[in-house]
Order: sequence, then C-alpha cells, then structure tokens
Amino acid sequence: MGAESQPGVVDPFERRGRLWAYAIVGFLSLLTVVGSFISDYAIYLAAYLWFGFVYGTCLQYGRFCFSSAFRDLFAVGVPRMAVGLMIAMVLFGVVSAFVTASGNSTFHPAPYGWHSVIAGLIFGVGMVLTGGCASGSLYKSGEGNVTAMLVVLAISLSQAIFVDVGGWLNALVPQTWREAAANRGLPPEITVGDGWIDQYLAGHVWNQPIATYGELLGFGNPYAAAFVGNVLIGIVLPAAVALAAIYFVWYRKSDLRKRREAGGVRPGFAAELAGYWRMIAASRRTAVAGLVLGVAAGLHMYVMKGLQLKFGVSNFADLMAAMGFTSGISIKGTVFDPGYWYLTTQEAQLVGWILDKLGWNITDNIFFGLENGIPNPILNPALWMTAALILGAAAMALLHGEFKWKGTTLELATWALIGGTLMGIGSRLGLGCSVGGFFSRVSQGDVSGWIFGAGMFAGAYLGVKFFNWWTERKMAREMAAFGP
Amino acid sequence: MKFEKQGDGLYRLDVTGYVCPHPQLYTKKALEKIGQGEILELVFDNPSSGESIAAMCDSAGNELVSKDLQGGKYTWKIRKAAG
Repeated sequence: MGAESQPGVVDPFERRGRLWAYAIVGFLSLLTVVGSFISDYAIYLAAYLWFGFVYGTCLQYGRFCFSSAFRDLFAVGVPRMAVGLMIAMVLFGVVSAFVTASGNSTFHPAPYGWHSVIAGLIFGVGMVLTGGCASGSLYKSGEGNVTAMLVVLAISLSQAIFVDVGGWLNALVPQTWREAAANRGLPPEITVGDGWIDQYLAGHVWNQPIATYGELLGFGNPYAAAFVGNVLIGIVLPAAVALAAIYFVWYRKSDLRKRREAGGVRPGFAAELAGYWRMIAASRRTAVAGLVLGVAAGLHMYVMKGLQLKFGVSNFADLMAAMGFTSGISIKGTVFDPGYWYLTTQEAQLVGWILDKLGWNITDNIFFGLENGIPNPILNPALWMTAALILGAAAMALLHGEFKWKGTTLELATWALIGGTLMGIGSRLGLGCSVGGFFSRVSQGDVSGWIFGAGMFAGAYLGVKFFNWWTERKMAREMAAFGP
Repeated sequence: MKFEKQGDGLYRLDVTGYVCPHPQLYTKKALEKIGQGEILELVFDNPSSGESIAAMCDSAGNELVSKDLQGGKYTWKIRKAAG
C-alpha cells in the first residue's frame, strides 16, 4: 500500500522501513550468537526470545488482539478476532496435548472460583478503555504507538505496586483470609499479614479447586485426559458452541442479506453450516495468524521442556545459579519461567527490579519474594520474550509500511493509565492476563480459563457501553458544527 | 477526532492518533449519521482498526471505494449502502 494505490512502487518510507526490519532481525540474531559464546545456557533465553519474536510478528500481521475478540462483538458487531482466537486456542491445545499426555508439560493449572470471574471482569473493562489487552498493547508498542506504551507501563507499575501494598488495604482483608494466610506457615520474610494480595492468595485463592477438564471428568489414561478431556471437551466443544452463538447473534443476519443479494438463499442446515464456515474464513490474515500462533505456542512448550531436560533443570534459576548469579532468585529457589506464552508477570518483575534498586523492599510478598523473584532483566527469560514480541511486531509493521510513531493525547493517556491499572489489578487477581489467564489456560484444558474469559466478556460489554456513550457525546458536538 | 462535512454527500472523519476501539466506533457512528449513498472519507493510523472497519463495512453492505496508505496513515473512502 502506499503501494495499495500504486502497485509495484516502493516509496522511500517503505524502503527505509524494510531496512529497519532487517536490522531488527540482524540484531536479535547477533544477540543470539553472542549469547551462545558467553554461555551454553544462553540458548534458554534465546528460545524465549525467538518465540517472542514469532508471537510479535503474528500478532501484528493478524491485528491479533484478545481485547478486540470480545470488544468488537459489542462495539461494531465484528466477529473476526473471536474466530481467530478460537482457531489459535484449538491448535495450541492440539499441538501441546502430546506434551501434556507424555507428562512433560510445563503448564500448571490455576485455582478457579468467583475470583476468576471478578478478575476477568476488571481486566475486561480495562482492556476496552486502553484499546488493547496486554499482548495487544505490546504489539502496538512495536508499531510505534505511544499510548500503547503507556498502557504497558501502567500494567507493569500497577501490578508491582498492587502485589506489595498493605497499609490501609490490610483493613479490607476478611478475617477468614487473614487467619488462613497466617496459618499457612509461610517464611517470615514474606510478612504475610501485611499485604492485601498476600492474604488474598494464601488465605483464599490457594484454597480454591484446581483442575483440568481431563482430571475433572475422571479420565485415568493421560492421552484420553489430554485429547478427549482437555482438547475435545475443554476447548473444541466450547469454542464451537461460542462460535455458533457468535454466528447467530452477530453474523447470520448480514450473511443472509448478502446471500439474498447474490440471489441464492436456500434455507436449511447445510446453508447455516456454509454461513458458519464463511464467518470462520472471513478474515484470512486473522485466521492465518491464529493458526501460526496456536502451533507456535504449542511448540514453545516442547522446546522449553526439551531444554529443561537437556540441562537437567526445572527452572531457569538453576541455570542462573550454575552461571554464578543468585541475586533476584525467590525464596523457593525459582524465577518466573512459565515455559509457554505468558505476559504481564515479567513486566511487573522489571518494575519490581527497578523499585528494589531504588530501595523499596519489594520482596516481602508472595508474588516477588516467594514465587517469581526479581532477576536482573538481562537474565529474565520471560522478559526476553516480551522484548522480542515488541521487536517482532515492529519488524512486521516496518516491512508493511505500517510503522508510525504515534504520540498520545490527554484523553488517550488518561484511558491508557486507568485501563492499564485495571488490567494490572485484574491480572494479579486472576493470576494472569488475556494470554496467561485466558488463552494459555483454555488451551491447556484448565477450568479457570473459560471462567476468567466469562468475566472478560462481561467486562468488555460494560467497557463498550461506556465508550458508546462517550463517543456519542463527542460526535454530537462535532455534528453541531455543521448542522443536521 | 474531527468529523466535518466537506461538500454535497461528502464527509471526512479524521481519527488519526486514536487507538482501538475509537476509530471503529467513530466510523460506525459517522456512517449512521450520513445519508445513503453518501461518501465518508476516513483517515486513521491504527492498523488493527482497519481490519475491523473493513469487516464492519462488509457486514453492513457499505462499499469501500478506495484504500490508501501513505507514511503509516490510512485514507479510506466508504460509500454508505443504499438501503
């Protein structure tokens, strides 16, 4: 494009963009090579880096934003992203089911309950206000969008502060949580009585049930549990039902109109199925992105597990220790090393690491101190994934002439900060964002995934209701200038 | 955001700088405001909005008359469906 109006002509803007895109790929390749000379273990970081790069390119290519999967249904009645999301989840589930069945999965299901719905709802409102979820804001940062960068900043800051803050918030902790948390026998360094999130986790969330669909349905055979329980019953069937609902509510009417105009409406089940398929195939680039993302996310699990087996470790902290770095490792002796596609925790760790350097005691809580640590950003595996995701999106945008530095405005910055903060809070309440809390969990047959998603759906509805009112007011003001 | 009438049957909506969902929401509302057969010239620079706006136009039967991208800024002309 530029190009779209003058086929075959490459303008200087696009040529410069392509050079930058190649420079990004060259830089990451160089980093990988240099890392391999420094340590054999650097391949562990490089694996996260290159999967992050693939995620970034796919997200940008397919305009793949989990927020839009929910939001665009209510805002403009467009199902293309919901379709892409379902495709990605099914493929991620199928590809990674082998690793689950063979007992080599790096995935751990999360507790589920009402807290998952509430967390999803808060996250859902936030993602509409900001214009993108955690992954969407990261890839849009790669497109040069300053508002998206503010969102990432707000998510990261709010998480780091929310997991540590106590003070007057301690008064809001129910007595039962306080007692249950105190009786957990957590290390004294955690000061579990001081911190709302600590008492929420140790006093409430950890008491909630944890299950995959395979376990819930009582499959004894691990292959039946993975493929029938987790994939078929936990992903494929709910996804097919959700898409059928989307077809009837948001797609069927316009599809019927188009078929009527084309002179061929034959009512019946076959016609409905054809319409259902047209909806799925409507946005090629979103569907392609979903396909590649799903397969890549599944392969990511294999690669990380393979590397853990190769080095004889179960967490990157072991490799850090072997390289002589012990600073920033948690009390459990681990650092955040999900082994699959996950966002938000690593960005919070970056802020936590900076706050720690500024003298804030940030490790007296469960999130940083007990579980995830605050490793040096250079040695934070998941942070390499985040950085490469941004660069992957930037490379793809530059290749297609879509990179543009876009400043922000007071209005957008306000929504970015409010929405980003809500997403940060929702992420920590739900133990994950739209990727870690929804996409990855649904794809692994974790019961908590769809529950968090239901909350996101309701939150998106509320957020769109608000923005409809807001934009209507602004349109009315503009319209007043030129009359009816 | 700037929404203005540029002439008979021609309107211009500039949502440059806006992120999702603003461009698609404003486009939807602008198309609701203008008359059948009239043209909306839409200017935006948020790539993901384009995908949703194209799908929205297809769904409503509005015709995408032209699409252009220069320096990361999109200019699309949309003719509102006749009925």
